[in-house]
Amino acid sequence: MIDIENVSKWYGDFQVLKDCTSQVTQKEVVVVCGPSGSGKSTLIKCVNGLEPVQQGRIVVDGADITAKGTDLTALRARIGMVFQHFELYPHMTVRENLCLAQEKVLKRSRDEAVSRAELFLDRVGLSEHIDKHPGQLSGGQQQRVAIARSLVMDPIVMLFDEPTSALDPEMINEVLDVMVELAKEGMTMMVVTHEMGFAKKVADRVIFMDEGAIVEDRSTEDFFGNPESDRAKDFLSKILNH
Amino acid sequence: MNYNWNWSVLVTEPYLDWLISGFYWTISVALVAWIFAFSIGCLVGIGRTLPNKFIAGACTCYVELFRNVPLLVQMFLWYFAMPEALPEEWGRWVKRDMPNPEFVTAVIALSLYTASRVAEQVRAGIEAVPKGLAAAAKAHGHGVAQTYRYILLPISLRMVVPPMTSEFLTVFKNSSLALTIGLLELTAQSQQIAEYTFRGFEAFTAATVIYVLIALVATVAM
Repeated sequence: MIDIENVSKWYGDFQVLKDCTSQVTQKEVVVVCGPSGSGKSTLIKCVNGLEPVQQGRIVVDGADITAKGTDLTALRARIGMVFQHFELYPHMTVRENLCLAQEKVLKRSRDEAVSRAELFLDRVGLSEHIDKHPGQLSGGQQQRVAIARSLVMDPIVMLFDEPTSALDPEMINEVLDVMVELAKEGMTMMVVTHEMGFAKKVADRVIFMDEGAIVEDRSTEDFFGNPESDRAKDFLSKILNH
Repeated sequence: MNYNWNWSVLVTEPYLDWLISGFYWTISVALVAWIFAFSIGCLVGIGRTLPNKFIAGACTCYVELFRNVPLLVQMFLWYFAMPEALPEEWGRWVKRDMPNPEFVTAVIALSLYTASRVAEQVRAGIEAVPKGLAAAAKAHGHGVAQTYRYILLPISLRMVVPPMTSEFLTVFKNSSLALTIGLLELTAQSQQIAEYTFRGFEAFTAATVIYVLIALVATVAM
């Protein structure tokens, strides 16, 4: 579903991604973790072309994101993305947030867009908030709306960029619960997160990054039970002892 | 101060008519200039934030040129220099046959100058929208035009209403410079009344009060 081949990326002289290669197959849930500044967020933003890469190739569902002439807008409409800071449109109600891309990008009718918005809002348990503005919702609620906003587009894959990092601790679980549900339903997911509990519970594979390189790329069991690199061992000892 | 105020000149003919006519031209120049300034300013301001380097560069040049030359100099350039720079026939038409040349020139100068200031505020407004919102719109498949239409402009235009009000008021005040190219707007008419009646205090007090009233009405309207 997602093929990342020898991807390198620079910001000026600084290399943020170093020859990264990995893939996500259909219905697979892959967690990307690593210390701050390791390039994991950058990597996931390259997958839908929000960040350009200077070297290598990324292919999503047969379409080459990195090739010139690829219709990125059409492809992006089929790739869901959830951001750390939600990025709901603050001047629109929840309903409009969920309908905008359906109507303007997918050209769905208003009625169809609204009925799908209601359906997915119900799935994340926020039906009664459809007429509110994002500012009237808690962080956890906003993130669930953001997930619904991506799901209404019928994405072939969902990308999550630290979806719980900006949340108060008591709101993290309501978002993770929605994500666990999604994973169980067979959604293909690539998740950048520090939530190792989530990774253990639903991830099929874990990618561990450090200083722009993929250091480990292994099954979840192997990664937690028997990490190979010292860097991963060190990371896990710090993150799991709390 | 030993001065015999004589307010009656202001309501004496023809001076009352002069004031009313001055008021009319001030409002006309300012409103027409504002319509052009706002339209051009929005386009140029948006242009400066576009990913296209050529368009952004051209819009930056526009702003730097029109913002950095004094408005009075621009008035003179449009009025005295521009007709000479045109092809001969056009220049002759501008100088001899163009209707309302002072009005047209004042509107051109004022709107192009004000547009550069409007553009900077529109640009600042767009750049103040959190970057993540544009990224989210992009990630959901919206192109550049849709991202501006539905996300960036609705949010940023709301933010720039207060500074835009100041700019709107400035157009009325700056329109007084049109007297230098012979447009008999409010300031010019006050000056004329002062010269005819030697009642300068009364004439300019009237102008002052009218400018303040215009500004207050405009502020409330915005």
